[in-house]
Amino acid sequence: MNKNKLFRNLFIILVYIFLFLPIIILILYSFNDSKMNIIFTHFTLRWYQELIHNQELLNAFSNTLIIAITSTAISTVIGTISAVGLFKYKFPGKNLINGLIYIPIVIPEIVLGISLLSVYTLSKLELGIGTILLSHIAFSIPYVITSVRSTLNPMTSQIEEAAYDLGASKLKTFWYVTLPMIFPGVVSGAALAFTLSLDDVVISYFTAGPGSNTLPLKIYSMIKTGITPDVNALSSIILLITIVVLTVATIYQTKTIQKREMAK
Amino acid sequence: MKKNKLFQYFLLFPVIIYSFLLILIPLIYVLFLSFCKNDSYGGMIYEFTLSNYLTIFDFTYMMILLKSALIALIATLICAFISYPFSIFLMDKSERTRSFLIKLVMIPFLTNSLIRTYGWIVLLRKNGVINSALIGTGIISKPLSLMYNNLGIIIGMVYTLLPFMILPIYSAVSKMDYSLVEAAKDLGASKWKVFKEVILPSTISGLFNGSLMVFIPAIGYFFISDILGGGKVMIIGNLIKNQFLTARNWPFGSAISIFLILITFLLVKLYKKIGGKMDDLGGF
Repeated sequence: MNKNKLFRNLFIILVYIFLFLPIIILILYSFNDSKMNIIFTHFTLRWYQELIHNQELLNAFSNTLIIAITSTAISTVIGTISAVGLFKYKFPGKNLINGLIYIPIVIPEIVLGISLLSVYTLSKLELGIGTILLSHIAFSIPYVITSVRSTLNPMTSQIEEAAYDLGASKLKTFWYVTLPMIFPGVVSGAALAFTLSLDDVVISYFTAGPGSNTLPLKIYSMIKTGITPDVNALSSIILLITIVVLTVATIYQTKTIQKREMAK
Repeated sequence: MKKNKLFQYFLLFPVIIYSFLLILIPLIYVLFLSFCKNDSYGGMIYEFTLSNYLTIFDFTYMMILLKSALIALIATLICAFISYPFSIFLMDKSERTRSFLIKLVMIPFLTNSLIRTYGWIVLLRKNGVINSALIGTGIISKPLSLMYNNLGIIIGMVYTLLPFMILPIYSAVSKMDYSLVEAAKDLGASKWKVFKEVILPSTISGLFNGSLMVFIPAIGYFFISDILGGGKVMIIGNLIKNQFLTARNWPFGSAISIFLILITFLLVKLYKKIGGKMDDLGGF
């Protein structure tokens, strides 16, 4: 019996080792004195100092961050409005729209990438940060919609009805009644959009212009010539930031859920 | 009443514009391109042809398609073989620990997938961490070829896509009626039999969901085969990328893309047929 339990725990631990190994290696080597990522020689903060002076890398990072923040903001607003609209109203062609919004989730990213590239070229849009941003909004909206939709139910509609009956306007009801109810879904949708945008390689690869560099594109071009340790340093910093963002989002969500349970 | 209509438009207008402009029209345009001719200068001639689709069935391209599907299938199977025991073993833990451990699965996702794939180069290459460790401890005398081949690609795919399998399978396993498992055990069923007769049937839509979310991206992730396959192994993703960016044969690239979309739709239909819900796909 005990042996069985040991085996089970060992298996779980091995899966986590597999998942975390490359990240731990990267963080470790960001403190490594040797430039060749092979043997760990001495602890150093040199790469973090060098990172501050690597303007090109920092520019790519700030582009990535600007795109992630802007696309998250826009797709969260559009996704939230859309989820509520699609839940509330019946209209001709609703099934079509409902089907279309799943497409970016299920089709291979590369297909979405080339189809966006094709229409950008067709409509003579200049490829660059703008087209990357538009593409990130395009693939994030469906995730926000499904995330917000999971918080909508007949109960939320009844509470809205009550607000109308008491004389609140539609807009007021949306802002003061609906939005607070679906807020956990909005937050997790936004968190999802943000990480998807930071993580994206494929769609940015196709919709970026020649001069526009985001961090993933920069790293992709560097892999062939060799990655410098300051990239490891930057990656470690990004990881830290995203873990903080996710933790805050999770804590916020559990608090909201707890509050709701208490209210019941 | 009129005001109500206005509010309705406000809620629905963005999603209608969005789904037409950024989903439907691009896909229709790609469908249109796939029936066009290509001139040798990378431009399109707007004349109807089926030759792009016929080219897919050339031996060279067929081999890439098959190889790509095989790599994706192996990656999917490995992910499933890891995710099932992982999820079932996790059920021993308290609910609090479980929810923490599942969140932990998502943490590696928060770094860019390229950076993580690069991490695997450091681990897998000839003078990398794994080979150095194995040689240092005397287990092997010559370094193993762990990357720049199919093995490297499969490791990269499994690594990048594993959480997409773990999350739906875990979610299905945790919602399962556990008394059935207990009953089967009490009646003397072997472990394998319990899995095959009880666990698998009641979690099949989770398994299918995960397989969909692993198999489909695995066909297209060209950067993994570029980096860990060393550019020697081509998968469908590389083929499409080359047609659009280097060979500049957009009509042929479009035809392969449409082919991929058809496969995807077929798999999604199957998923819905066994009772899978669309909103569960790609959910975290």
